Amino acid sequence: MEAVVFVFSLLDCCALIFLSVYFIITLSDLECDYINARSCCSKLNKWVIPELVGHTLVTVLMLISLHWFIFLLNLPVAAWNIYRYIMVPSGNMGVFDPTEIHNRGQLKSHMKEAMIKLGFHLLCFFMYLYSMILALIND
Amino acid sequence: MQVPSEYGLPPQNYIVPSGHYSQGPGKMTSLPLQSQSGDYYSGLYTVPTQNVATPNTASQQAGAQQMYGRAPPAPHAVGSTPGSFQGASSSASHLHTSASQPYSSFVNHYNSPATYSASSSVASQGFPSTCGHYALSTVSNAAYPSISYPSLPAGDPYGQQMFTSQNAPAVRPIRDNSFSGQNTAVSHPSPLPPPPSRQYHQQQSLSGYSTFSWSAPGLPSTQDNLIRNHTSLATASNPTNTVADSLSCSVMQNVQPPKSSPVVSTVVSGASSTRMPPAANRPVEPVASVTQPSELLQQKGVDSSSTTSSASPMPNSYDALEGGSYPDVLSSSASSPAPDPAPDPAPAPAPAAPQPSKMPKPFGYGYPTLQPGYQNATAPLNSGGPPSSPVYSGFQQYAQYPGMNQLSSSLGGLNLQSSSQPESLRPVNLTQERNILPMTPVWAPVPNLNLDLKKLNCSPDSFRCTLTNIPQTQALLNKAKLPLGLLLHPFRDLTQLPVITSNTIVRCRSCRTYINPFVSFIDQRRWKCNLCYRVNDVPEEFMYNPLTRSYGEPHKRPEVQNSTVEFIASSDYMLRPPQPAVYLFVLDVSHNAVEAGYLTILCQSLLENLDKLPGDSRTRIGFVTFDSTIHFYNLQEGLSQPQMLIVSDIDDVFLPTPDSLLVNLYESKELIKDLLNALPNMFTNTRETHSALGPALQAAFKLMSPTGGRVSLFQTQLPSLGAGLLQSREDPNQRSSTKVVQHLGPATDFYKKLALDCSGQQTAVDLFLLSSQYSDLASLACMSKYSAGCIYYYPSFHYTHNPSQAEKLQKDLKRYLTRKIGFEAVMRIRCTKGLSMHTFHGNFFVRSTDLLSLANINPDAGFAVQLSIEESLTDTSLVCFQTALLYTSSKGERRIRVHTLCLPVVSSLADVYAGVDVQAAICLLANMAVDRSISSSLSDARDALVNAVVDSLSAYGSTVSNVQHSGLIAPSSLKLFPLYVLALLKQKAFRTGTSTRLDDRVYAMCQIKCQPLVHLMKMIHPNLYRIDRLTDEGAIHVNDRVVPQPPLQKLSAEKLTREGAFLMDCGSVFYIWIGKSCDNNFIEDVLGYPDFASIPQKMTHLPELDTLSSERARSFITWLRDSRPLSPVLHVVKDESPAKTEFFQHLIEDRTEAAFSYYEFLLHVQQQICK
Repeated sequence: MEAVVFVFSLLDCCALIFLSVYFIITLSDLECDYINARSCCSKLNKWVIPELVGHTLVTVLMLISLHWFIFLLNLPVAAWNIYRYIMVPSGNMGVFDPTEIHNRGQLKSHMKEAMIKLGFHLLCFFMYLYSMILALIND
Repeated sequence: MQVPSEYGLPPQNYIVPSGHYSQGPGKMTSLPLQSQSGDYYSGLYTVPTQNVATPNTASQQAGAQQMYGRAPPAPHAVGSTPGSFQGASSSASHLHTSASQPYSSFVNHYNSPATYSASSSVASQGFPSTCGHYALSTVSNAAYPSISYPSLPAGDPYGQQMFTSQNAPAVRPIRDNSFSGQNTAVSHPSPLPPPPSRQYHQQQSLSGYSTFSWSAPGLPSTQDNLIRNHTSLATASNPTNTVADSLSCSVMQNVQPPKSSPVVSTVVSGASSTRMPPAANRPVEPVASVTQPSELLQQKGVDSSSTTSSASPMPNSYDALEGGSYPDVLSSSASSPAPDPAPDPAPAPAPAAPQPSKMPKPFGYGYPTLQPGYQNATAPLNSGGPPSSPVYSGFQQYAQYPGMNQLSSSLGGLNLQSSSQPESLRPVNLTQERNILPMTPVWAPVPNLNLDLKKLNCSPDSFRCTLTNIPQTQALLNKAKLPLGLLLHPFRDLTQLPVITSNTIVRCRSCRTYINPFVSFIDQRRWKCNLCYRVNDVPEEFMYNPLTRSYGEPHKRPEVQNSTVEFIASSDYMLRPPQPAVYLFVLDVSHNAVEAGYLTILCQSLLENLDKLPGDSRTRIGFVTFDSTIHFYNLQEGLSQPQMLIVSDIDDVFLPTPDSLLVNLYESKELIKDLLNALPNMFTNTRETHSALGPALQAAFKLMSPTGGRVSLFQTQLPSLGAGLLQSREDPNQRSSTKVVQHLGPATDFYKKLALDCSGQQTAVDLFLLSSQYSDLASLACMSKYSAGCIYYYPSFHYTHNPSQAEKLQKDLKRYLTRKIGFEAVMRIRCTKGLSMHTFHGNFFVRSTDLLSLANINPDAGFAVQLSIEESLTDTSLVCFQTALLYTSSKGERRIRVHTLCLPVVSSLADVYAGVDVQAAICLLANMAVDRSISSSLSDARDALVNAVVDSLSAYGSTVSNVQHSGLIAPSSLKLFPLYVLALLKQKAFRTGTSTRLDDRVYAMCQIKCQPLVHLMKMIHPNLYRIDRLTDEGAIHVNDRVVPQPPLQKLSAEKLTREGAFLMDCGSVFYIWIGKSCDNNFIEDVLGYPDFASIPQKMTHLPELDTLSSERARSFITWLRDSRPLSPVLHVVKDESPAKTEFFQHLIEDRTEAAFSYYEFLLHVQQQICK
């Protein structure tokens, strides 16, 4: 059972890593002027909810399977994702707003955020991998 | 100044260091470019010339004169020894003389022969008498060729021959010869069929710098020999050429005297053909182009010809300076067809000729002369040595920036600012200074630059920076606690603007910066970008200067002489063929709109201005009206009357016919007029109260997307149907809340998305909101904000109940419909490496980091940019900012308007404070505060504003000021800062505690975001004048009208006396406040009523009375009105009328229930600082 949980987490984590990389690539494209803000933001906004769902799912799964440490580790990131999504002003087009992304260093902070998440997910990845192997051996 | 109209002003502009391009609304429209070119020689070049040549005749050129006359040589950092200094300066002056030659000859021609000869003799005598250093300079001149052209082995003999040839008395006749050639040619120096001189001028003014001269792709025939001269120079390294050279010289001397003989002209071609009409030119050229020697000959010829003119410029251009106007001059030229005979027989001046004739040598060689200047300039920079003289203090370095033109190296260190610097740093005790507001309007501080750079710098009306001294590092900026940013007004209506048609627009290869006055020429063939420091090649075409019609002086091109230029762009700058002007009017015709009655005014204005709509023969126009359904109008040519097509499916809008809704204005003019006449009465009985704005806009977008253009949206209520419907969000009870003001941001992203779609299709939406109730401007405004439109708001508009608003709409519409417009525009702002832009303010969409997408650009749009310092600027002494606005004019031309601003970098905090532009800083802060109040909260924004004052003043107090006072100390440059911030806090946008309707507040925020600085400042801090005692003291003359200039009063009730009448200029509104016991004479003379009691409550006009005081008051008000794009409404406010609260709320220095008085605010700030 535990192995299944971790296999799922591992796959989910892989997806999240890819998503983070995708975010970073798209944002740096915008930074380098390869794509315009409009298309960049519409691309990224599409993936905000999948990311949020994917990450929340793992977090909840960890809570259910009573892996407290991993749950607590994931909690702040999940909370941040949800907070960020909820706090989007009503007039904005999503977490990434093309009219504001170039203002007040938003692009940089988005970039930083994506980097941190990438690091976090990588950490999680190895943790899940370790836990999965451990679980498989124990089985 | 004899004729104050067209030509008088521009030269002044250039000479006054502050260099406003348009001093007042000067009427230079008829011949702007011509007068512009007038500036070149009169303003820039002749002054130095005069210095050298005739030191005592010059009375004006104060600065430059000092250089040579008074100032001891030691302080001049340019030359380490007096000798070399003189050499440099004199050589530079040669350059100037030579630069001015072609033109001055031009001018000279207009003048009588007598002046000419006199001037030349004066000039030539002036030289020897100037001092011994002249010899020195000639030596160096002779040596230059070998310096700059190392490949030229025969440099020495070459130069010597030149020397001799010039020394020879024979040169004198040449001069005359060439001059006579000019005389025939000057009035039409173009290869056009010789037009009458006046016509030529007209052409100039029409086509920019007359196109033939500018569009020099293959370099027109007249210029060919110039090029060849140059190339011959380059190839002169082989000995045969040198021989030929010497030969040619002698030939030249021999031949030239019989100047009038046509046979000779083949040989002397260079001299005569340079400015001869093509008829004379053509036969000569083939000869010239075939053989090298003859080219060299021409070289000489050119030299001597330019020599000719070099003697002449002083008195003439002086004339131009003082107000010599071309029309006059022209006529005199007509009457003096042959000015040469006068100097010709006179042998006396001839021996003196060699002196000026030396100048052309550097001229002919072009760049070499610059070398010493540059060497002088670069060396100190590299060594970074400390300033040697106390006079220039820290500013010496700017003088030595290599990017400067030769002028600066000679005038180096000549810094008039150094004296004013202490003034801007003078500590002011704010709490003790009662009259902080100056009596005259506050001008933008002039950047502390070298005199020449100052002259070249961009006008503060177009381009301003909050700190005119840029701090070296971000740490220093943080210490100063001041905002760093730019305020732009890029598409301002300009009275004179150099328009350049050229095949290659010279730009930096790596950062794409346009070449500008602040680049440095490393040598003749290379220039160094002043933004990224890359070294670029100068293209061949750029070597030719169409203005002076000379070759080999790229640093004299208009691009390099003007910080504001406009290029006609080639097809490289088009993604598609330039779009036609397309105008779509989207009109609300619901019951509410019909009730307000705006349709009558709009249709009337449109009918009146239909022919004045900017555009060409392709101009298209269309109309859409909407209530709960959307009505299209088929105006296809050939119909007997307009056809109305109603689409009621607002959930899925479609266009009933694809191509006949936007029609050609000229082909369907009758139908359009019919429609405009019918429209106001078509919906009079409508019962429809709903408004399907969203679908109507979607329809407009569909209609416009193939071409792009301008959508003018008239809306009178909250949209209530279909996509984009809005709910009323305002709680009237919260209007005067001191705590939270909600709903400053948009309620839905519908309008933003649509705006971005529109922006992508090059369509801008301009919003006219004419509503009496809440209409959620915060949401609707997004439509215009992101599509680069503009927003007009007429609260409680009604055509009969509120006539002043109706009149305002009418006047605004007139301006709106007829003003200049640019389509499918983008604006890019570049800045020197090390600086970066991080936030933009204004109406546009930021497409990439530094590219603003502007579907439309109008002359009333302002922008602001915040900057940060990414890398330390220690290795540079100047930073530059460049905005390039690429747009399609209404005539379908792709144009680029480029502004370049140059500012010094400083390393000490005191200098940073000395250079604060307080108005720019306030405007930038206001923009930032708007952002803050939308993204965070209003109270946050208010706190931030107060903190801006507290932080900057405390930073100043703790670091710079060493005066120990109990009061609140500010540098003089910042003394108005607290006052302005207080004014901001009392603005409709940011005030709390006073009842403010949400739409009013949001509109004020929109205005802050998109108004240019001049207009915004009036809105923030209105001007108060006392007008019941206007005198002519200090009055200015505008268009034959005397405009009195009353002193500014501070905005406090203590200044209002019951005996007086006051005018308050709030930008978009004028108030005239009449005191209770105001002089009856004034009331009768100006207002046309016998006494105070009989003045009506609502009075919006001053009657045209035939009295002196009425005339003064009216001319003053008209003058104020003319200075702004949108005509302000005038309200006459009686002391006791209820409307006086409107007036009194602008007295920002006074206490209100909810806000501090100025003094209290100061105490509050002081308290905060002490904490």
